[in-house]
Amino acid sequence: MNIHEHQAKELLGRYGIPVPRGKACSSVGEAVAAAEELGFPCVVKAQIHAGGRGKAGGVKVVRDAAAARAAATEILGKTLVTHQTGPQGRVVRRLLVEQGVDIGRELYLGMVVDRGSGRVTVMASTEGGVEIEEVAAKTPEKILREAIDPLVGLGGWQARRLAFGLGLTKEQMGSAVAFMTGLARCFVDADCSLAEINPLVVQKDGKLLALDAKIGLDDNALFRHPDLRELRDPTEEDPREVEAAKFDLSYIALEGNIGCMVNGAGLAMATMDSVKAAGGEPANFLDVGGGADTKKVAAAFRILLSDAAVRAIFINIFGGILRCDVLAEGVVEAAREVGLKVPLVVRMEGTNVERGKQILAESKLDIITATDMADGAKKAVAAAGRS
Amino acid sequence: MSVLVGKKTRVLTQGITGSTGQLHTRLCREYGTQMVAGVTPGRGGTDFEGIPIFDTVSAAVRATGADASVIYVPPGGAADAVMEAADAGIPLVVCITEGVPVVDMVRVKRFLEGRPTRLIGPNCPGVITPGECKIGIMPGYIHKPGRIGVVSRSGTLTYEAVFQLTNLGIGQSTCIGIGGDPIIGTGFVDALRLFQDDPGTDGVIMIGEIGGSAEEEAAAFIEASVTKPVVGFIAGQTAPKGKRMGHAGAIIAGGKGTAAEKIAAFRAAGVAVAPHPAELGITMQRALREKGLLK
Repeated sequence: MNIHEHQAKELLGRYGIPVPRGKACSSVGEAVAAAEELGFPCVVKAQIHAGGRGKAGGVKVVRDAAAARAAATEILGKTLVTHQTGPQGRVVRRLLVEQGVDIGRELYLGMVVDRGSGRVTVMASTEGGVEIEEVAAKTPEKILREAIDPLVGLGGWQARRLAFGLGLTKEQMGSAVAFMTGLARCFVDADCSLAEINPLVVQKDGKLLALDAKIGLDDNALFRHPDLRELRDPTEEDPREVEAAKFDLSYIALEGNIGCMVNGAGLAMATMDSVKAAGGEPANFLDVGGGADTKKVAAAFRILLSDAAVRAIFINIFGGILRCDVLAEGVVEAAREVGLKVPLVVRMEGTNVERGKQILAESKLDIITATDMADGAKKAVAAAGRS
Repeated sequence: MSVLVGKKTRVLTQGITGSTGQLHTRLCREYGTQMVAGVTPGRGGTDFEGIPIFDTVSAAVRATGADASVIYVPPGGAADAVMEAADAGIPLVVCITEGVPVVDMVRVKRFLEGRPTRLIGPNCPGVITPGECKIGIMPGYIHKPGRIGVVSRSGTLTYEAVFQLTNLGIGQSTCIGIGGDPIIGTGFVDALRLFQDDPGTDGVIMIGEIGGSAEEEAAAFIEASVTKPVVGFIAGQTAPKGKRMGHAGAIIAGGKGTAAEKIAAFRAAGVAVAPHPAELGITMQRALREKGLLK
């Protein structure tokens, strides 16, 4: 789960990490009041879950109240298109108004879970303010790394090694170590999957400041952070994905017209690949999970049926824990309730498959059956072309 | 022959009183697995359908000689359960639990360093040696004893591959679901090494997916050290970037971990890449025939 910049900064502040003074606002009036309170110059920043906001016109430095009003009016409600939003862009629904900062140097500081080593790893670079992927591709030697031993935490020596590597002075060492170890504690305490300070600014007076902040939280750990769970902004997510999440379904909206319902993430991806190989485009990724019951299957099916782009539905199930009869009952229930307006192709194998096929047959629903995954994909693509 | 588990494996269930733990303990026993003990703190001294329950793993091991553990404990307690099993000296721990926080797994991985315990999972279907021992949630009946090893990050896609093999009359030595999380205990390279060294395994099906670089590392290992035929498949060729595809580990991050990169690495290492998931079985059949291992 991603959170907004202003939320990330609030979280970082709890760990003693210096962030600019600022206020989150959802109206022009609030933004102007916040700017006047902070004093000028200050910065009006669009809050969306995507980077590249500055280049897209989502960040403005303002020098008086009139300019603050103009900037807030322009940015609020605007659709920002950045390299991370996709061509459809994101509508700006809130702003962060922050004090202006005298920037000396721009550095990069990030933390991720490194899959290879199984450790939380700190990355730091003198190339702040640009995408770290770009630095990694062009000048990988400019990225300094330290892997954190989870039994110790980020060692002071590691933080100093990074700080000296970034060219910070001995006067800055104490605050740099506190900054980095604070971020490392925040990462573990809040169960982050990503924490990025870019840029980490050295101000003209030599002080460090997190000028921008991006934090991703581990969805698997939200159960133990009720406060962080509240930070979810459903307006940043696809409404179908929000609906699916309510039923604990794993759903991702895509651009195509073949709705897919599958059990298991790997099989769900392979099903999308099959649709593509058969000349079609999947409308979604949908994993109903291993332990799905009739209600969950019905909810999943309703989400597929609610998508106007869907011209055919392909159900591909290898019943293990999820029994084929349970799946069939869910499909029949949802189809009766919502009405089946598009062709439905079903490929079913595994536990209780005969009973499942019988339930579908007795339902009198118009179902095209498939013998295997390739056959099902082919039939779904053909059916979508006709409907 | 097989790897990891067999007829003699004595299994204990951690989280035996939960509904998932009960269901699968029963199914594994019906399959023929020696289910010797259960652990649920506070329920020691009772039993589940004749299987004795203990308060702690160490007590269960002392009393029953269990040498493998399967974990169905909910996500918040799963890491603790793995460490408890390792602390009790159990050589093989299979963690089925889905949704374990990654920071917990970082700690588990560190805790296991230098200990003799092998962890499979989390977020995996488990391990099965057909006809001998099933530890986990895979449907037993699709398997057939034989000489092909299967290793996969995905559960249902493993069933898909196994079922195709069985329908072609090709049995399996052992099938290992390594799990779909970013940090897992046993990886592809460990599993490939086990199969390469197992005289009862003739070839390996390896199923990867987008995210991370485990498949690329496996390809390098195959090129250097695996002489048996390997058939591969990568799920997620059509997955969009930056989206987590169900599995916590299945995400193309920073443009890295795409299916195309992994397939290229497989091909370069001489792995026979199945063009379609429905062709995993016949691709292996072809590979075995080419090596003269199948008529």
